[in-house]
Amino acid sequence: MSHDSAHDDAHGHGEHDHPPFLAHHFDDPEQQYDAGKFGMWMFLVTEVLFFSGMFCAYALYRSLHPEVWTFASQFLNENLGAFNTVVLLFSSLTMAWGVRCAQLNQRNGLVLCLTLTLACASIFLGVKAVEYTHKWDIGLLPAGSYVPQFIMANQHHEGISPWLIKLSIVPALCVVGFAGWYGWAVAQKRKQAAEIAGPLLITALAYFLGVGVGILFQNAEQAAHAKEKHGTEHVSHEATEEGSEHAEHAEQDSGSPGETGHGETSGELAEGETVGHGEVETVQLVSSPPLKPGATPLTKIDQPGGAGLFFSIYYCMTGVHALHILGGMVVLTWLLVRAVKGHFNEQYFGPVDYVGLYWHLVDLIWIYLFPLLYLIT
Amino acid sequence: MSDHATTADAAHGHDEHHGFAHPMPVWQLLAVFFALVALTGLTVYQATFELGSMELVLSLLIATIKATLVILFFMHMIHDKPLNAIVFISSFVFVALFIGFTLMDALSNKEIMEFKEVPPAAPIAAAPAEPH
Repeated sequence: MSHDSAHDDAHGHGEHDHPPFLAHHFDDPEQQYDAGKFGMWMFLVTEVLFFSGMFCAYALYRSLHPEVWTFASQFLNENLGAFNTVVLLFSSLTMAWGVRCAQLNQRNGLVLCLTLTLACASIFLGVKAVEYTHKWDIGLLPAGSYVPQFIMANQHHEGISPWLIKLSIVPALCVVGFAGWYGWAVAQKRKQAAEIAGPLLITALAYFLGVGVGILFQNAEQAAHAKEKHGTEHVSHEATEEGSEHAEHAEQDSGSPGETGHGETSGELAEGETVGHGEVETVQLVSSPPLKPGATPLTKIDQPGGAGLFFSIYYCMTGVHALHILGGMVVLTWLLVRAVKGHFNEQYFGPVDYVGLYWHLVDLIWIYLFPLLYLIT
Repeated sequence: MSDHATTADAAHGHDEHHGFAHPMPVWQLLAVFFALVALTGLTVYQATFELGSMELVLSLLIATIKATLVILFFMHMIHDKPLNAIVFISSFVFVALFIGFTLMDALSNKEIMEFKEVPPAAPIAAAPAEPH
């Protein structure tokens, strides 16, 4: 832009009401805006078609093996999914509000809206990190590495997953970096730098807020299932107290012959107190006879070629969606820098609007992903 | 943000702001947001019932209502040029063709594609005879 304006001045175009933000090949700001917007819609079309490939894989596999979907979907924490949905919807609201601020030349409002949008994206990723790492810990992996859940029945992680710590290294470095930058900017009284570093620091911190919320929900879910488990005959022996495991397993083996096989497995693998969401139900499924004659046996579903394929599709769809969130955060940061510098006004708000369109599309995809993956009963 | 000033701006923003900006009124943005949250609650609630095959239809219906709200208001399609709307909506036509034809093909060949336990005698020789 600065290059353009220099160019304008050199050729004396400035006198024709040729504002610095207007590229030379456009007649007026509106034409420039419409051209950019049309380009953005075209890009969104390619995005829709790109995601449709994954939705097609989803539709194909689910229509052929609905029982795999009913089984595997129980391992997804729908409270976390719902929470993330609301977070994304709120970020869409702040994004749309940001576009409004840009259109009305409200610089501070725009900076605030972009900050909130970035923070929501960060919370979303934090929650997603908890969801992913919990699944990695208990062997809910894509087809090649999927571990059948009734073998894993008692193997679970305690406290904070090592994967989660690894994933959180980058956000932690961001917190340190942005805090340092912000502190430096405040100390040097560089107002613009502080206005950029502050929101970025909030964004990096928001990741850890998301992680905290995620762990809270995850623990609540586990506690609820531990309680439920006590009421269930089959699994009531797998008590939540540590230390008395072996005695209890012995009791279990003699008490319920139907579960002997499982008792041995869990005796070998038992490591801790609580049992995660899915495992409890799996144990129940394993120990109960098939509901319908001719229904697919659990062993066929609970294997890499069954539920493993569900998780391949799950990781592919949510992972690509998360990459889009990351990409969105990069462009939102770019917008933030430009907003702080005061680049946008009533005639030039295109970039904010285009990024907004992209951000809403990412939200739109999540609106479909959430019920399609998490809410299968 | 000073809400009163901005709402007043939006009311006659059209003329003041050189014609082509259409700032969404704040109440509309908030109304759409709360409608979306309510619909999210509804879709979580409906998932607690056993509805059989209706479940998928219902959750897709709710998701589509939410998507429509987002497209019309957050994405400003309601004020946008018809060309942009046609371009964007045409993508869904192609998605429907893509998924529809794939499913049609897959379901009409379900016996071939479905994982079966083939008795050992049932020969590999039968496989090449199947249409591809």
